[in-house]
Amino acid sequence: MTNMAETNRAVIRLKEKFASSLLEIKEFRGEVTVTVKKEDVIAVCTCLRDELGYNLLTDVTAIDYYGKTPRFMVVYNLYSIPAKDRLRVKTPVEESDASIASATCLWNSANFLEREVYDLFGITFTGHPDLRRILMTDDWVGHPLRKDYPLQGPDREPYKGRLS
Amino acid sequence: MGVDQQPLGDNIITASLDGLVNWARKSSIWPMTFGLACCAIEMMATGASHHDLDRFGIIFRASPRQADCIIIAGTVTKKMLPVIKTVYEQMPEPKWVVAMGACACSGGIFDTYSVVQGIDEALPVDVYIPGCPPRPEALLYGLMKLQDKIMKERNSFGSSIGLGDRLEPAA
Repeated sequence: MTNMAETNRAVIRLKEKFASSLLEIKEFRGEVTVTVKKEDVIAVCTCLRDELGYNLLTDVTAIDYYGKTPRFMVVYNLYSIPAKDRLRVKTPVEESDASIASATCLWNSANFLEREVYDLFGITFTGHPDLRRILMTDDWVGHPLRKDYPLQGPDREPYKGRLS
Repeated sequence: MGVDQQPLGDNIITASLDGLVNWARKSSIWPMTFGLACCAIEMMATGASHHDLDRFGIIFRASPRQADCIIIAGTVTKKMLPVIKTVYEQMPEPKWVVAMGACACSGGIFDTYSVVQGIDEALPVDVYIPGCPPRPEALLYGLMKLQDKIMKERNSFGSSIGLGDRLEPAA
């Protein structure tokens, strides 16, 4: 069986155009994931939307690889309605500079999705029109989905297992 | 309540004020229509025809101004807590709180940063109903326990019209 990632239409196009920005191309069970440099994520996404028909941003999320550098990975899940195929774009984000350009200029659905990532991971999206918390209350301190956030909240003694 | 025979005639019933008022209150508990999670489904089932809360005079009201009981049916998140407090404050006295299910009693399985670990952190709870979620029979039993509790109140009505102090019933 041929490697699906090598024959993927988006991968072929991105290799022509953004060879220096691609960090990793991976295929797992039919899902193709492209990791790109943070600086080029908007350029890559613009190409994917305008030239390859990925007109729907289904999700923006992030992963906290606590203890590793770069600490965060922002993930964009794209879908092409005309071609009926999916592509995942990932980009590493440093903890010291936890910010990335907003994709709201390309997809309006990025608005709420990026607010969620900002709320729960504390990654700021530059150029976002309305970057404020969306799930937690406005006066919340901290970003709960970070791995170093205490599960039971900062104001409580952590659970240490059953004593009996 | 008792029937006094000769001096008052046939159409007079005498009763203690507590007995009459408590009987009226326990027979017309009007809970606030307020569900938070899966317990609310069980609460709706209790109100529906098979279990039929109406036969206890328990009629769900869609406004806190007309309600005298709030059944906390589900997980209380920290984001929801101010809303529940507002609804509770909008209810007229006398008012009772039923914590329905493990989440409302103690936070349940949600031992996390976002969940209030029991509604008794914010409201005075009269009846705790365990279960995840409690079956309709459990909710009915809890509401009957609330009725028993209301029947034990002493001078609650009298104190509100300026006749002495409210007496705390023995638990």
